[in-house]
Amino acid sequence: MRFYILLSLNALTVASLYFLVASGFSLIFGLLRTVNMAHGAFYLLGAYVGYDIASYTGSWLLGLVGAAVAVALVGLAMHLTLLRTLGGDELRQALVTIGFAIVVGDLLLAHYGGITYQFTPPEILYGTTPMPVIRGYPTIRLVVIGSALLVGLGLWLLIHRTKVGMLIRAGVDDRDILSAMGFNVQRVLLLVFALGAGLAGLAGVIGGSALSISPGEDARFLLSSLVVVIIGGMGSLAGAALGALLIGFAEQFGLAFIPNYATLLTFLLMVAVLAVRPQGLLGRG
Amino acid sequence: MKTTLHTVLGAAGLAALLSGTALSPAFAQDIRIGALATLEGPFAQSGLDGMRGVELAVDAFQGQVAGKRIVLVKESSNAKPDVAVAKTRKLIEQDKVDIVVGPLSGGEGIAVKEYAKSVPSKTFVNGTSGAQDTTLRDPAPNFYRFTLDGAQWQAGLGSYAYETKGYRNIAVVSEDYSFPYSQVMGFQAEYCSRGGKISQKNWVPVGTKDFTSVIAKLPDKVDAVYVLLGGADAVNFLTQYYQSGGTAPLIGSSVTVDQTVLSSKGAFKNKVLGMIAAGPVADSNDDPKWVEFVKAYKAKFPDGLESPSLFAHGYYVSTLAVLQALDQVGGKLDDGQKAFQAALAKTELTDRSPTGAIRLDENRQAIADNFVTEVAQRPDGAFFSKVVKVAKGVDQALGMDRAKFLALGTASRDNPSCN
Repeated sequence: MRFYILLSLNALTVASLYFLVASGFSLIFGLLRTVNMAHGAFYLLGAYVGYDIASYTGSWLLGLVGAAVAVALVGLAMHLTLLRTLGGDELRQALVTIGFAIVVGDLLLAHYGGITYQFTPPEILYGTTPMPVIRGYPTIRLVVIGSALLVGLGLWLLIHRTKVGMLIRAGVDDRDILSAMGFNVQRVLLLVFALGAGLAGLAGVIGGSALSISPGEDARFLLSSLVVVIIGGMGSLAGAALGALLIGFAEQFGLAFIPNYATLLTFLLMVAVLAVRPQGLLGRG
Repeated sequence: MKTTLHTVLGAAGLAALLSGTALSPAFAQDIRIGALATLEGPFAQSGLDGMRGVELAVDAFQGQVAGKRIVLVKESSNAKPDVAVAKTRKLIEQDKVDIVVGPLSGGEGIAVKEYAKSVPSKTFVNGTSGAQDTTLRDPAPNFYRFTLDGAQWQAGLGSYAYETKGYRNIAVVSEDYSFPYSQVMGFQAEYCSRGGKISQKNWVPVGTKDFTSVIAKLPDKVDAVYVLLGGADAVNFLTQYYQSGGTAPLIGSSVTVDQTVLSSKGAFKNKVLGMIAAGPVADSNDDPKWVEFVKAYKAKFPDGLESPSLFAHGYYVSTLAVLQALDQVGGKLDDGQKAFQAALAKTELTDRSPTGAIRLDENRQAIADNFVTEVAQRPDGAFFSKVVKVAKGVDQALGMDRAKFLALGTASRDNPSCN
């Protein structure tokens, strides 16, 4: 019993992390129709920048906020200087983001080297929270789950309860009509891009605290984000949540019971979804 | 007119690029050595340290041997066998090197050995790649390995764990590929033959970051957990193990608690004190040759690791062996490298080796010393590995009868068994 509860909590933790990264990825895709291949680089950049801020100021929280802001700004800059100039040609945009990701990844490797970094979160987050049946669970992992819930709720409120959210939803459905009705779509695009990038940066700090930061994490989280949105459905927030949950559970239960094939399980899931419902479980056809 | 000029200039530039080797000053007297290591991908840090080893060895010979200048050509792979072969081929065919030192990781070694068979007039010297079958089965006549293989790197550890630490029943958490299989085999050769048991083996994919579910599955009553993970994976496991309240002592592979892990930043480090492991190098070795090597390393690479890793060491001794044999034949390579290859096979590193004498067996595989270590902390807070035991002159059959050892078959997840 204890084992299964632990497994489920682990799966929830991993799913939360995937959701944090993939929600921004999905939002950006929904509106821009661009597969932002630099999303993993945003994650890693956020982790390293957050680490520097946190070690300089001694405050983990400042690192968290600083990373989100810094990466949002980088996202803004990238959108303004690289993507917008390509005039909506999706394939070229995707290619440019790949190039951007490679350059950022190598610059980070050159600056931070190949060693592994780990955040030192406040003492209160680093210990173990006592719980019934399973005795205790690492607090930092509960923080991961909690922040995913908060971010998810925040995004839902933003999208479904505000005017900006209405614009975003309308933009996902039909960008051209929205533009024809006199709304400044470019501004919405910019906002969404910065938001998505900032979320990736935030996730970098949270992921770097619960797990660790090292070169290669960018590719890992880009891949997981891709799988999550393919399973859940591109551009759908609920889809990202569902996709992340499925992947998280598949990965952790796979690792416990058939460790040799755990990675395979994730992709089998993806293949199955693609075969039955190519637009993703909650995607629109 | 302007367009024409641009075209001409462009063409000239292109031509210069294509004939890059022709433009760089190349003398007939030069000896060209290619160094192949992983400067990208998950083992980038290790590859970088390997390259440092090559440079130190060339420095030890003042950049020349038998009156000929040594030209070093560096190339990077990414730990994938096909890439390693492509880059080796590039070194041989385009960069026209005479000798290749590398590659770094297990699967790469086997692939490069196979390629070596197709160019018998060139010489290949392993970097740190540790798969057994690179030299144990079907070796290439022009492939030499002056480092120990994965199984040899665990020599001394099994008996130390059983006899000194008194471990009788352990669990294994390991990355799932050929190098850890060899390491487990090397450990078992001593541990299981003395009566130790392994009650559970967990093979996880390389790059796993969240081990908590594996940790939850570990049996409650084990004397120790044997961890075969490297780099970031090791850091993650160690952190999560203690966060999950794990208390059993840990045993490490050759890369679990090396300097790439011990130099990493994080709170996990307070927990690795006293962890035992084994490998070809130990930070606190007081052999004067080792002390001298560390000094040279730190002087040349102030931004390097706290202490040279097994990768720096492996590439260092391999390059040294090449230079020593070149020196012996007076730099003569124009006979299809026959004299050089014969000299290399007989090369013995004694005075120059920082870790005791290294010689080759009939398969051109090293016989050398191996170190059992314990993680300790210096007064200034830095962590290092302390020698607790030295296994002298470890051969590839781990002291067993060679035929019997070969009969055990290739190391795999369940072979040999130990429960």
